[in-house]
Amino acid sequence: MSVVRETLLPPAPPPRRTGGALGWLRQNLFSGPGNTLTTLAILAALALLLPPVVRFLVTDAVWSGASGEACRPEVAGRPVGACWAFIGAKINYLVYGSYPAAERWRPNLFFALVAASAAWMLWLDAPRRGLGALFVFLAGPVLSYGLLSGSSVLGLVPVATSLWGGMLVTLVVSLVGIVAALPLGILLALGRRSDLPILRYACIGFIEFWRGVPLITVLFMANVMLPLFLPGDITVDRLVRPLVGIALFASAYMAEVVRGGLQAIPEGQGRAALALGLTRAQAMRLIVLPQALKVVVPGIVNTLIGLFKDTTLVSIVGIADFIRVLEAARADPRWSAPTIPATAYAFAALFYLAFCFSMARYAGFVERRLAAGERGRS
Amino acid sequence: MNPPAIEFLGVNKWFGATHVLREVSLRVAPSERIVICGPSGSGKSTLIRCVNGLEPYQGGTIRIAGRDLTPARIPAVRRDVGMVFQHFNLFAHLTVLENCTLAPIHARGTGRRAAEARAREELARLAIADLAPRYPGQLSGGQQQRVAIARALCLDPGVMLFDEPTSALDPEMVGEVLDTMTALARRGMTMLCVTHEMGFARRVADRVVFMDEGQIVEIAPPGAFFDHPEHPRTRDFLSRLL
Repeated sequence: MSVVRETLLPPAPPPRRTGGALGWLRQNLFSGPGNTLTTLAILAALALLLPPVVRFLVTDAVWSGASGEACRPEVAGRPVGACWAFIGAKINYLVYGSYPAAERWRPNLFFALVAASAAWMLWLDAPRRGLGALFVFLAGPVLSYGLLSGSSVLGLVPVATSLWGGMLVTLVVSLVGIVAALPLGILLALGRRSDLPILRYACIGFIEFWRGVPLITVLFMANVMLPLFLPGDITVDRLVRPLVGIALFASAYMAEVVRGGLQAIPEGQGRAALALGLTRAQAMRLIVLPQALKVVVPGIVNTLIGLFKDTTLVSIVGIADFIRVLEAARADPRWSAPTIPATAYAFAALFYLAFCFSMARYAGFVERRLAAGERGRS
Repeated sequence: MNPPAIEFLGVNKWFGATHVLREVSLRVAPSERIVICGPSGSGKSTLIRCVNGLEPYQGGTIRIAGRDLTPARIPAVRRDVGMVFQHFNLFAHLTVLENCTLAPIHARGTGRRAAEARAREELARLAIADLAPRYPGQLSGGQQQRVAIARALCLDPGVMLFDEPTSALDPEMVGEVLDTMTALARRGMTMLCVTHEMGFARRVADRVVFMDEGQIVEIAPPGAFFDHPEHPRTRDFLSRLL
């Protein structure tokens, strides 16, 4: 008799988890001496760090005042944390730089345009996203440039780029970097995998050159050396020079990220597409690239976050980006108080943190969404 | 009289210095079912990949329906020659239905509606209509391979190439794929199958081709091939297979 079981067992429900909240705590935080120690150490670190931060940013902060006086401890009669009154007083300068006050509706319109197209692009179920992409990558930059710098054709007062500043410039530099780096990076990555040796080596040389040079050198070169190479009567705008440098620099990194994605896609995918009669370009565009880009969403966002923060370096070559106007603002003698520098940098940190964290969260959302797509949506 | 569906005339191919196809000549008549077998590395897969231009070859001629396979003809040949791979190679980011409509829409210019109708018809014929909205990752190996067959059939090919279609499958799923292929053979499809499924070869093949070291060693109808193999290499191979 070799039969062990005459009838098959029906599936049984899993055992109930026991212990409620306390059980959860024990299981997840205090499940052994090592884990308990880790938990306690992290809690201790939080207890040590959080209260001073909250005290500085919120409890002891000064929220209103007409000058630096309000933020002096001897005037306020209490310890003073962040001097948010200073940020409030300077906010227009921090956002627009020296952009003429009467023309500030133009940057505002630009911000609105950016927000609208970002929403269009980032909302995955939005209608006609292809059209949106065309707008963002082609029409957007031209329109924005016309709007911000103005021209007699449009009936807008010209505003020299030397007057642009603050978050406006930071946003312009980052967006140009992002909008240029992604397509350029994809092209470079494809070129690097090309069968054509000359194209392949050209792309490798380009990528390795830009990856091998520090961004700060690129910016100095763009600023100081580029004019020397150009014929005397051609001048490239002061803002455009570092912009081109940043875009090329970021595209080299993007190319390597995208190449990683391309390598992760099995060769059979492209081969099957070819066998079905698709051209190589179609196989790349419809089959390989969509999958490759999906694999490297975290890498792409990582690069974009790095790019966004690296734009602060343009302040070194005299572009009045957010950090530089912040520096200029805190040098104002009317607003001299002990905590002004700390306030300025805390504000900068929060500004960059807010943007970078949103990018990271969005990337996480896209990843989950794409993963879910393959698991179950119909 | 119709020209042969596929004709290999003295085909030679090298990978670097390795001579992987040596003077291969074979004529496949329309509606003929050929099974190609042989030890691994004998050039079977390479041979059928030459038919739709996935592999270039350096000597000899391949004719499809009487016309030489030139680089310019490769796109047209690929639309008329379906191929099924060992690892299915379904497009992972597309649903089953989208897998089946992609090539008709983009390579052939069929309208989306017509392509979808055709794809549903083909999926229904292979008894997998209910899989249309799913993604490849949600399917079993056998289901994926049947979808891959349906995907190739959506282009109404005159010839189907099978490159070890059941080698990557769990044993219990081999049957469903072989049944699908058998049904296809009954429809009069010209088939070139690289496979080690000898039961399938016996049932379906008109001729069995045995390859070793890049050359065709023996060609025979399945009965003769299995019961009275003539070449010692064939005998050796068959004895190790059983």
